[in-house]
Amino acid sequence: MALTLTSRRKRHRLAADAGLLVVAAAFCLPLAWVVLSAVDPDANLQVKAPDGLTFDNFDAILTQDITFTPLLNSLILCGGGTLLTVVCAALAAYPLSRFRSRLNRPFLLTILFATCLPVTAIMVPVYALFVQVDLIDTMQGTIFFFAASQLPFAIWLMKNFMDGVPKELEEAAWTDGASSFQLLIRIVLPLMGPGVAVVTVFSFVMMWGNFFVPFMLLLTPDQMPAAVSINEFFGNRGAVVYGQLAAFSIVYSTPVILLYVLIARRLGGGFALGGAVKG
Amino acid sequence: MTAATRHPGRALTRALPVSPALVLLILFLAGPIAYCAYIAFTDLQLTGQAESSFVGFENFRKAFQDEAFLNAVWLTLVFTVLSSLVGQNTLGLALAALMQRASKPVRTLVGGIVITAWVLPEVVAGFLLYAFFRREGTLNAVLDLLHLPSQNWLFTLPILAVSFANVWRGTAFSMLVYSAALNEIPKEITEAAEVDGASGWRRMWHITLPMIRRSIGTTLMLNTLQTLSVFGLIWVMTRGGPGGKSQTLPLFMYEQAFQNSLIGYGTAVALLLLLVGSVFSLVYMRLLRTEV
Repeated sequence: MALTLTSRRKRHRLAADAGLLVVAAAFCLPLAWVVLSAVDPDANLQVKAPDGLTFDNFDAILTQDITFTPLLNSLILCGGGTLLTVVCAALAAYPLSRFRSRLNRPFLLTILFATCLPVTAIMVPVYALFVQVDLIDTMQGTIFFFAASQLPFAIWLMKNFMDGVPKELEEAAWTDGASSFQLLIRIVLPLMGPGVAVVTVFSFVMMWGNFFVPFMLLLTPDQMPAAVSINEFFGNRGAVVYGQLAAFSIVYSTPVILLYVLIARRLGGGFALGGAVKG
Repeated sequence: MTAATRHPGRALTRALPVSPALVLLILFLAGPIAYCAYIAFTDLQLTGQAESSFVGFENFRKAFQDEAFLNAVWLTLVFTVLSSLVGQNTLGLALAALMQRASKPVRTLVGGIVITAWVLPEVVAGFLLYAFFRREGTLNAVLDLLHLPSQNWLFTLPILAVSFANVWRGTAFSMLVYSAALNEIPKEITEAAEVDGASGWRRMWHITLPMIRRSIGTTLMLNTLQTLSVFGLIWVMTRGGPGGKSQTLPLFMYEQAFQNSLIGYGTAVALLLLLVGSVFSLVYMRLLRTEV
């Protein structure tokens, strides 16, 4: 053999690096556009070196109307939805993880099934239903729906994390007369802190990026979250100022990217957990 | 005899914590689905009609005679096959396989970029790719640079453009799952084949792919389900146009229900979408069961 195994491996590594870098460059182009345009005084639709470095685009969009109100709305909707999701999921996961019941399996299978359903499909009936029960165009209605749509996956994930907490620790407290609720709050949840963090961040990120739900259920412009208000950059304000659109995209995306980085290591390839990841 | 049947009271207290979740799920998820199954059989409209009446399978009959609906079905199929089955899966697997051999800094860099595209909010991703595919956008600039013919992608081939957009946005998920699956293959097996002189392609085909076939199954399912419900991405890029050339089922449903005020008809389409989703969902659960 002319080529030894190591030199063949080295060559393979170079080829793999080159291949990956080509793909990365292609993936990078749209991302480069948003970053470069945001600091370009004269941005258009192309990736190009900025004509100069400016923060005028950020200055122009950092106003009550354009940025702060929509971001606050996003925070209320997603914060409320996430809180509701996490509390309900933690409560529901406890008996599913700790007690044996013949209902557990059917319930968990239904949950798993629901995780996979295309939520987009039910938005029209949800709209019709919300009109009838007067929940249309209300923050609370949207929060409830956000929570319900995220719950199946949250319960599934939470139960898996909870199964990882050894039961022995609760048994000592149990004999001391602690109630199930106390066991959950004082012992189980603190021990699965990172798991709760993953469910929380994941739910929040999913809701933050969701466009269709608030687009359908909210009507008043004042209540629109950033996911919908970003549409305003087209049409309503006359000609599209691409630099400002790019700057707003960055401001709106930063929180979820930071949150993702925070939990990335825990998630890893862990989606083999077997739940759906939508969005 | 289980503990639950011996102490019916205790079984009830134990089930109590599930109730908030159950109430939410029934009111806001199961409720709308049941309501969906009901209004799909009525002629409910948004305006100008006080009451709706039961019309049986009329909405479905209408759908299958409606060219716009059949067009949407066809485009949904194209969109799903191109972006999910072919694009996200193949590219995800290719990236994961290359990452196995690549040097660490390259691996980290590429992973970071691909995952960023995945984490970005749907609408932002839509805008970025809208800018990329526009006539005066980056893609045409690159093509010009290479002396290749450019064109107005969003006008001539909108379904291709939105499919690429979905690949851009969704590949990270397959990449992550496949990376995890490839890492679990024992090193000795691939090394033995390598020493025996099996080429990279042969090892991929005869050893790697059969060993990760379950991950392939579940990833295909999840990608497909995710792709079936894409709305915002297409909405931002093309609004389903021009002339319905990128109008997949979710956009068709939205147009019928709200622009044409035919809630009953739109819901019938939604119900069909839900049924297709349920079938994929059941297949997915079967795949998982063999894995557990």
